[in-house]
Amino acid sequence: MSEVKKVLFTPIFNNNPIALQILGICSALAVTSSLSVSFVMAIALTMVTAFSNLFISIIRSNIPSSIRIIVQMIIIASLVIVVDQVLKAFAYEISKQLSVFVGLIITNCIVMGRAEAYAMKNGPVMSFIDGIGNGLGYSIMLIIVAFFRELLGAGKLFGVEIFTTVQNGGWYQPNGLMLLPPSAFFVIGLVIWALRAWKSDQVEEADFKIVANSKAQEAL
Amino acid sequence: MSSGNDSTKKTVLVALSLCLVCSVFVAAAAVGLKSTQQNNKDQDRKKNILAAAELLDPTVSIDTSFEQIETRIINFDTGAFASESELASAGIDVASYDQKAAAKDPALSVSLSGEQDIASIKRRAKFATVYLVKQGDAIDKVILPVHGYGLWSTMYGFMALENDFTTVVGFGFYDQAETPGLGGEVDNPNWKALWKGKTVYNDQGEAVLSLAKGSVDKADPKAQYKVDGLSGATLTSRGVTNLVHYWLGNEGFGPFLANLRGEGA
Repeated sequence: MSEVKKVLFTPIFNNNPIALQILGICSALAVTSSLSVSFVMAIALTMVTAFSNLFISIIRSNIPSSIRIIVQMIIIASLVIVVDQVLKAFAYEISKQLSVFVGLIITNCIVMGRAEAYAMKNGPVMSFIDGIGNGLGYSIMLIIVAFFRELLGAGKLFGVEIFTTVQNGGWYQPNGLMLLPPSAFFVIGLVIWALRAWKSDQVEEADFKIVANSKAQEAL
Repeated sequence: MSSGNDSTKKTVLVALSLCLVCSVFVAAAAVGLKSTQQNNKDQDRKKNILAAAELLDPTVSIDTSFEQIETRIINFDTGAFASESELASAGIDVASYDQKAAAKDPALSVSLSGEQDIASIKRRAKFATVYLVKQGDAIDKVILPVHGYGLWSTMYGFMALENDFTTVVGFGFYDQAETPGLGGEVDNPNWKALWKGKTVYNDQGEAVLSLAKGSVDKADPKAQYKVDGLSGATLTSRGVTNLVHYWLGNEGFGPFLANLRGEGA
């Protein structure tokens, strides 16, 4: 039981795919300008990661190592297409906003990373839970980023007005930068900073040490 | 993993069976959900037509509201409703005509020269679907499909005109992928509301309705031909102006609307 808990919850703060492994940044930049879209994206990615881990783990002992990446890709790609089709059928408005980004889950490093790192070596049930856990880690980051971007960029949360913007006769001058992808870098950066201040074991060792400035007599 | 997995036979076998299983899986999802998806698309298009004509009523189903609207096909060459024989020779069925697909078909479209192509659409279908709202026998509102290139994407929308065929009732896009929050503000209801009551044609009959830079000065004598531009989205604004000029100009619905005006007078 404790093993299940560990696999499920470590990726949320202790080993977050975005904040610590720095994977899956691209979609985190693209879809986080509104909360509802991020929410659907998070669910879609969690589903894909969980099920691709499950299926890959089931057939892991039969995968020839020479084509294992291709095998993983086929399974992931099939799942992504299915998710995309389901969204188009049952959440049309949101699928219009997500447009290409659902398709791009295929290239999301988290899915591939978990398949290669975990599902190829562990049983189906644990792999499935690992997929859910990593999906949740991704989701929580996406939702934090989208919360700040939508609130500061448009004065809204889930499309509901929180701050009345100047355009609508209120007081809040929205920050247009927050709606553009670069702002997600800033927000993710700040979250990583906060996370590493809280859990200092995540701080990486410096690659090099800065040497003290050379002194006048050494330079001669 | 056992070394037996890496034999050529096993590799081919795994690859083939996996492809087979996955393709069945994907095909089943695509085919099984197709009717729901098509239905969503239709509903979305109808909703946007109704919204442009200000007939959208949340208490009534979209299909019921849409019964007030008559779908007709017009011929750009003659500037009039296409006759039965024209439709038959082009093989067009009014209910299922798809203008987007027709614009790609060389038999059903014309290629535009750089000078004509101000909306950057490359090809234009020879026939267009228009939607009429009738009061008795007289046309009350006409809803025209328009599209053109913005900054990133081709924007597809509908513009509804009053029965003087120059005053705007409503305007909106149903498909666009401009920058959210900047160009994407073409979907902002407050901005769309600015179009209502604007005039498309000037006294010389030219389509002049444009987006202004910044907001429109109410004292400007030409204010009726101008709509506030979108701040931070110069190129999207330019795209919107261009597509309005193109589709309501002589290449687009201009002659058709002039004909309707002639009949109405």
